[in-house]
Amino acid sequence: MLNNYEELNDMQLDVLREIGNIGAGNAASALATILDEKVDISLPKVKIADFDEAVSALGGPETMTVGVLINYSGDGNGMIMFLLDMEDAKSITNILVQDEEESVGGELSEMKLSAIKEIGNILSSSYINSISALTGMNMEVSVPYIAIDMAGALMSVPIIEFGAIGDKVMYIDESFIGSGGVHMLQSHVIMFAEIDTLKNIMERLGI
Amino acid sequence: MGNLIVVGISDYKLAKNPGVLVTYALGSCVGICIYDRKLKIGGLSHIMLPDSTMFTRGEINRMKFADTAICDMINILINKGADKKFLSAKIAGGAQMFKVQEDSQLGNIGERNIKSVKNALSELRIPLLAEDTGLNYGRTVYFDIETGIMKVQSLNRSISEY
Repeated sequence: MLNNYEELNDMQLDVLREIGNIGAGNAASALATILDEKVDISLPKVKIADFDEAVSALGGPETMTVGVLINYSGDGNGMIMFLLDMEDAKSITNILVQDEEESVGGELSEMKLSAIKEIGNILSSSYINSISALTGMNMEVSVPYIAIDMAGALMSVPIIEFGAIGDKVMYIDESFIGSGGVHMLQSHVIMFAEIDTLKNIMERLGI
Repeated sequence: MGNLIVVGISDYKLAKNPGVLVTYALGSCVGICIYDRKLKIGGLSHIMLPDSTMFTRGEINRMKFADTAICDMINILINKGADKKFLSAKIAGGAQMFKVQEDSQLGNIGERNIKSVKNALSELRIPLLAEDTGLNYGRTVYFDIETGIMKVQSLNRSISEY
């Protein structure tokens, strides 16, 4: 009986990795559409890790980070958090938003914040769609919420919400590369599913 | 500053003078500093959730919950020679990082964590001397065992000392 992430066996972990891989591919095409540019991705890294390890991957608990949080519900319930470091947040929004008012003190303007929200929304939906495509489960995503703060403080939000499922998180790291091999952004996506959702996914896939 | 001892999420640690306990990036979590001003010994707890009785499945990590962690940490302090008469508390954290949390099934978890911490302290009759709680930003807490001062640091804000 599956009670938490710690109890996932190798085959079940592979399924989650595959969901991550497919989602990452979808995310790249979605990003290419918004940017109207060819977007390549690195081989995504899908990991089930301790909270501390996941926070370190973001540069440590106090690193200033942009987080976009989305709930999904329907045949499956959970949360997705999309995290981006400040440098990437600035460079990607510079492509998307031609802002006249230069941001004060290196902060992002409202326009740029909503652009990041939208990217977070599109990427998160890509991962949800990959679950739907594999399992036939129907899920809807909530409106996205954004916050800029310490990586640890942001990441603790889904951990707390799903504290009953254990202290591990599933995260997907992916580098998006623009035309000419230019680094575009490094995205970190953290996926949480309620334990019943996790069971449902495995059941539908016969694992 | 003495040795810096890092306290992780769902964890607590104790220190004697000279020593500084730190816990990084509290969001909705709450950091609880307990200090014996006479013996100069103290503990810092980083709790995630208000109530251990919410979870019935499997074994619980007592350091994760306000109701269990504070009581356990104080017992250890007393075992190490602290006198309950001289104990006092300072707390920080319990923010609401995203607005979406309002709609969540757990409600405003930061607020509930703060409330549960205060309940636990008052049940144990530990006076609460200072708090830096609520609002919507992350906090790092340094607890200096030499002075009993709690220092709270956030991004783009000035440092507060209590």
